[in-house]
Amino acid sequence: MKKNSILTRHNTTGWLFASPGFGLMLLFIVIPFILAIAFSLTNQRLMSPNAAEFVGLENYTNMLDVGILVVDPEIDASGNILVDKNGDNKYPRLRKFTRNNPDYPNVQGMKEWFSFSWGEQKVAIMASDLVFMKALVNTLTFVAFVAPIQGALALILALLINQPLRGIQIFRSIYFMPVVVSIVVVSLLWRFIYDGQNGLLNSVLNTLTFGHFKAVDWLGNQDTALGSIMAMSIWQAVGFHMIIWLSGLQTISPTLYEAAKIEGASPWQTFRYVTWPGLRNTAVLVVIVITMQAFSLFAQIDVMTSGGPLDSTQTIVYQAVERGYGKQDISGGSAMSVVLFLLVLSISLLQRYLTREKN
Amino acid sequence: MADLQLKSIEKNYGSTRIIKGVDIDIKDGEFVVFVGPSGCGKSTLLRMIAGLEDISGGELTIDGKVVNDLQPKDRGIAMVFQSYAIFPHMTVRENVGFGLTVSGVPKDEKVQRVNEAAQILQMEHLLDRRPSQLSGGQRQRVAIGRAIVRNPKVFLFDEPLSNLDAALRMDMRMEISKLHKKLDATMIYVTHDQVEAMTLADKIVVLKDGEVQQIGSPMELFHKPANRFVAGFLGSPSMNFVKVKVVAHDNDSITVSSDVIDEVVLPRHDRDVAVGDTIELGIRPQYLEPHHGELKGSMHGRVSLSERLGTETVLDITLADGNKVIASISEDKVFEVDEEISLCFDIEKVHIF
Repeated sequence: MKKNSILTRHNTTGWLFASPGFGLMLLFIVIPFILAIAFSLTNQRLMSPNAAEFVGLENYTNMLDVGILVVDPEIDASGNILVDKNGDNKYPRLRKFTRNNPDYPNVQGMKEWFSFSWGEQKVAIMASDLVFMKALVNTLTFVAFVAPIQGALALILALLINQPLRGIQIFRSIYFMPVVVSIVVVSLLWRFIYDGQNGLLNSVLNTLTFGHFKAVDWLGNQDTALGSIMAMSIWQAVGFHMIIWLSGLQTISPTLYEAAKIEGASPWQTFRYVTWPGLRNTAVLVVIVITMQAFSLFAQIDVMTSGGPLDSTQTIVYQAVERGYGKQDISGGSAMSVVLFLLVLSISLLQRYLTREKN
Repeated sequence: MADLQLKSIEKNYGSTRIIKGVDIDIKDGEFVVFVGPSGCGKSTLLRMIAGLEDISGGELTIDGKVVNDLQPKDRGIAMVFQSYAIFPHMTVRENVGFGLTVSGVPKDEKVQRVNEAAQILQMEHLLDRRPSQLSGGQRQRVAIGRAIVRNPKVFLFDEPLSNLDAALRMDMRMEISKLHKKLDATMIYVTHDQVEAMTLADKIVVLKDGEVQQIGSPMELFHKPANRFVAGFLGSPSMNFVKVKVVAHDNDSITVSSDVIDEVVLPRHDRDVAVGDTIELGIRPQYLEPHHGELKGSMHGRVSLSERLGTETVLDITLADGNKVIASISEDKVFEVDEEISLCFDIEKVHIF
């Protein structure tokens, strides 16, 4: 028998072949990951003549600190509560408490996040990093809407194009097309669609309602901006998840469907008893992938709104980039991305736990 | 339980004719086996009865009712698939009761009927297991249980034993046979295995290229095959065919001979022949009797292979003209390879084609 060549006999060969890929992964994934954690514990700036110092968890506390402030209403000399024009109680301005007030050290330098009435009093939730809090809430909202809607829509599309009909491949390509186009290009196009003056969406709605629809500046309005970005994001990536669902659907044996048909199962029963259980593993994959993608929302924001209007479309990744590079506060940006990592990790683990095989 | 009739049933895919007008009459309680080589259309025919394939032409009647356009569930049939088709994520109990679940049978009744079916198939101890924990035979039992539980008029089996190993196949074959007697149900069974066909069937339908070759009881088909195909298909090892020339004939007999067979007088079976015609003799290997030496028999050849199985000896014999025949003797006898032998046969057991 021919002796194996020196290349195939040595373990080193394998490492040698793996090294380019390994090196790139190390350079662009592992090292940045470790650097991010390291930076987040210092006061490192992107460009600074001063050496970085270790600051412990200060970046994290600056970012995550919240405080509660309970404020009594203002009263006049006779002890009556003062009311404003609308008949609501009048409260002192919060900056009285947050600016150099030694009686309230816990809310020092914080800003009002939101507040609600509690009897006569007003309870204000204060945050030291208001923009981050908004970004956090927006991101979570985005995930909460996009993950289920995109997943469900992708499944419906997959079920539709899994029919043995002629020309169905055309639909498959059409649905997949937005995935292939660069997200930046898609975002630019949708900026035109959402335009408040003569955007496509407004004119379509206007035509459909015979001129009764009042034009909306979809991206310029606090109430519609995040929703608009959600809709566009769902549309853009739905084809990708459709393909994953489709691959799951095609692993289900056709005889199972035939057996269900013979047993007299209705289409819904067939879905419930045959299709859905057969898609179990696919579902776990789709849910986790969509969640992770949704958490990393960035390009759409960057191109379409830059976080505005009034921070209504701030997201964690956008903030992290904005802070790290825009404001050159690389340690703050790093801390933010570490928080995002922990958040996504814990949610993924939770999803894995919830969808585990129960036997 | 019900009768079932197929009247000139046809199946076309575009211009390709798969089933070319099949007529079969199945009586209540009969066990009918569709048998034929792969691609003969037997499975397609069964799927058409089940309602999984459209019927392109003809009429299918179950229990006196034309069911051509009915959904499978409305035909009163149950089907057992080759791949079992049991639902992997359900327990055996849920699998067996699936038909009852989807049709909304009350829980108490469902439990009772599932238990009954499990009892018939002796698989009560398996009810809470999952399919992944079952062997092939047990899975097939679950599939049969799912069929029984619905009390169908007709049971359809699509090669149910093909995925099992040989020993298990024999066990399950006997079980299915017992089940048929116990339930006294109409059953249609598709197989390419002639042993299954011979042992299970009340009536065998031999199919080839989408056409019925012969319908009859196993022994009818074995002893009186309607044509060369049926004769060659049933029986193992398969029938030998030897070409001969007609030398003479009268009202009762035909005299034939060839390079390899001495002149022999055969009884005449209603066949038009003329002197000089070439006809084929069909002789089953079991009816060929080999003898050492060239003298005794009327056919001569040389042993090219001898397989001794203990209770049976199978000889592969090359005749003088180069054609081969097989002889099977039901005892252990020694024949050497390359030995010149002669073969005797009973003229009553010879088929003429």
